[in-house]
Amino acid sequence: MNKSLLILKREYLTRVKKKSFIIMTLLVPFMMVLFTVLPIYLSTMDDEQQRTIAVYDETSLFLNRMEETQYTRFHYIPEDEYNALKADFKSGNYYAVLHIPINILSINQASLISDKQVTIDIKNLIENRLNKLIENDKRQQIIAESGIPDLDKRLSATRTNINLSTIKLGEEGKAIKGSTEMAMTVGYISGFLIYMFVLMYGMMVMRGVMEEKSSRIVEVIISSVKPFQLMFGKIVGIGLVGLTQVAIWVVLGFSISTGIHVFFGGAGAGSAARAQSIVSPEVMNQAGTQVASNNQVLQVLDAIGNLNLVLIISCFIFYFVAGFILYASLMGSIGAATDNDEDAQQMMFPVMFPLIFSITILFPVIKNPEGAFAFWTSIFPLTSPIIMMVRIPFGVAWWELVVSIVTLLATIMGTIWIAGKIYRTGILMYGKKVNLKEIIKWLRYKN
Amino acid sequence: MNLFEARNIHKEYARQKALDNVSVNIKEGSVFGLLGPNGAGKTTLIRIINQITAPDSGELFFEGRPLKADDIQKVGYLPEERGLYKKMKVGEQALYLAQLKGLSRKDALRGLKYWFEKFEIQPWWNKKVEELSKGMAQKVQFVTTVIHKPKLLIFDEPFSGFDPINTNLLKNEILDLKKEGATIIFSTHNMASVEEICDHIALINQSRKILDGPVNEIKQTYKSHIFELEFLGNLQLLKLPPSIRVLESEQNGETGKIRIQQQDNMTNNDLLKIFMNETEVLSFREIIPSMNEVFIQVVEQYNQKNH
Repeated sequence: MNKSLLILKREYLTRVKKKSFIIMTLLVPFMMVLFTVLPIYLSTMDDEQQRTIAVYDETSLFLNRMEETQYTRFHYIPEDEYNALKADFKSGNYYAVLHIPINILSINQASLISDKQVTIDIKNLIENRLNKLIENDKRQQIIAESGIPDLDKRLSATRTNINLSTIKLGEEGKAIKGSTEMAMTVGYISGFLIYMFVLMYGMMVMRGVMEEKSSRIVEVIISSVKPFQLMFGKIVGIGLVGLTQVAIWVVLGFSISTGIHVFFGGAGAGSAARAQSIVSPEVMNQAGTQVASNNQVLQVLDAIGNLNLVLIISCFIFYFVAGFILYASLMGSIGAATDNDEDAQQMMFPVMFPLIFSITILFPVIKNPEGAFAFWTSIFPLTSPIIMMVRIPFGVAWWELVVSIVTLLATIMGTIWIAGKIYRTGILMYGKKVNLKEIIKWLRYKN
Repeated sequence: MNLFEARNIHKEYARQKALDNVSVNIKEGSVFGLLGPNGAGKTTLIRIINQITAPDSGELFFEGRPLKADDIQKVGYLPEERGLYKKMKVGEQALYLAQLKGLSRKDALRGLKYWFEKFEIQPWWNKKVEELSKGMAQKVQFVTTVIHKPKLLIFDEPFSGFDPINTNLLKNEILDLKKEGATIIFSTHNMASVEEICDHIALINQSRKILDGPVNEIKQTYKSHIFELEFLGNLQLLKLPPSIRVLESEQNGETGKIRIQQQDNMTNNDLLKIFMNETEVLSFREIIPSMNEVFIQVVEQYNQKNH
């Protein structure tokens, strides 16, 4: 059997069989789902609590007019009962007391009194009800004053709701319905995944090399195989561990969310509709299928369908793998050049810097994916695996993509050559404090 | 026939010479001692033989033809700094290392079974390496060095870290391997074991080879013509030619004991005759230097000359 393959197999199997790997791989999708779905689910659960709110209305404008929901009811009380409640809140069985002052229309203020912290939903609900009633009254008054017949209906007819659909022109002048939000989401998620993967698994390569060096087994191994074969087997093996993990995450995450959709789907949509909380549209989008209406699901699917999925997926795999190989070979050579964790940590910083930089400029790039800054960082090979991936869902000119890919590939070749030299010299060097000057010297060694 | 040959090897690390025009010939079936002070360049030479590093210039031959990359399958190497994957199971690891040396899984398993039983480490097959004692781990490492029946075995300080019982066990294994036809390069500072095991040695000092030859010949070359005699008779009456210098003498009643050095290159028989004519010789022995003495003498002489 090919020796690189043997090494690859060992690197892969020992890591995949580790308890920590299995636990991480299985747990993360559940946790992700838990953290995104659970809060929304819980917030809808909470709202099923029955609450009665006492209303003391000095103006009598709102008496019996405030719209109730299934769970929140209003009970209108006279002044003496209000005073009694103020003295002893527990005497009445109310969640809160709403005090509407006589001059509410001029000061735009009312107060909600309770012995506990009132939930934001209740606060929003009451504000919403008061606003609506007051606005409505003012409107009716103006209509009456103007004396124009049917003004109410005519004014209602002026209410408009524009839905701006973003349309991107395709190659043949064909209009393609694009979704900016979807492009942002896809760009962000893929950029972040590459960052996380490269950092985590690049470090794993470094630690693997350091382990071999410090346990001194490396001398035995490289008396059987070439250092390059060892490094190759290690990087590819660990890369495959990462791909395995991501693949399992995707499959598990998909099945869990599908399962949740099936399990909670009907009830969730129902409770969402009944929910008294005023859920903002963004939250609804994030919650995905659970709270989104059918129409929204279709819109999302439509938007995904309109992204160039084949291009995105193939670019994702390319930048994912290329970014990993680039950084893993750098980190592997750091592991070979150093003896201890402290030195390694110090040398890690310059290597990690472009990665961290890419993540910090992720949002500016998403906001302006066509800008000069986005362009150059998506060509520069140390940031391009993340930044280009962020730009691709927005559509990138083909020549930009080619330049970025070619630059990255050329850099990888150079990096592997340099890393290989550092690796084969460093791996047998002990007790020597390594600095840049020393490493440049190593590059000049024959073999 | 030479199993391995290195001709005029040069190797430099950043303008510092590691090997300077070193040539060695290692005869098939012999035990070749590679000696030298720390930092002399022994490890570099071993790494070159192992193809871990390549020489800057010089030629390498294996079985009479230029060394090929594939030849590492026929070499077994036990480095001075031992190491195994700590978290890996013993059996799994031995199997992996054997396969890296080109054995099929089946052959590797069969060979490992034989050696593990021989060393009585079979019960440790499923233990992690970090659970083993140092001696036990050394045994595992020895097994992985010889499992693929290499033609050339390289042992760098093989006895360090072994207790006397295991040292003996290992020494016998090495001699058995030699009997079975393996050629062995043996690098050590332990001169007693060199005399016991090695047929031939090369001494490397300050990146140059300063001594090379069969152990017996070297000892003959470096003997200083010192003899020890016991005889019946009186020391005072002994008349010796001026070319014989008396180093030490002692009279014990009838018997005299003398330690002399002769400078005339006379044969042992001629020397004996001088004594036979005057006394009754009880014993006669030429003092042959130990390898330890040769080592110290040669290295010190060389260092003095080059300072």
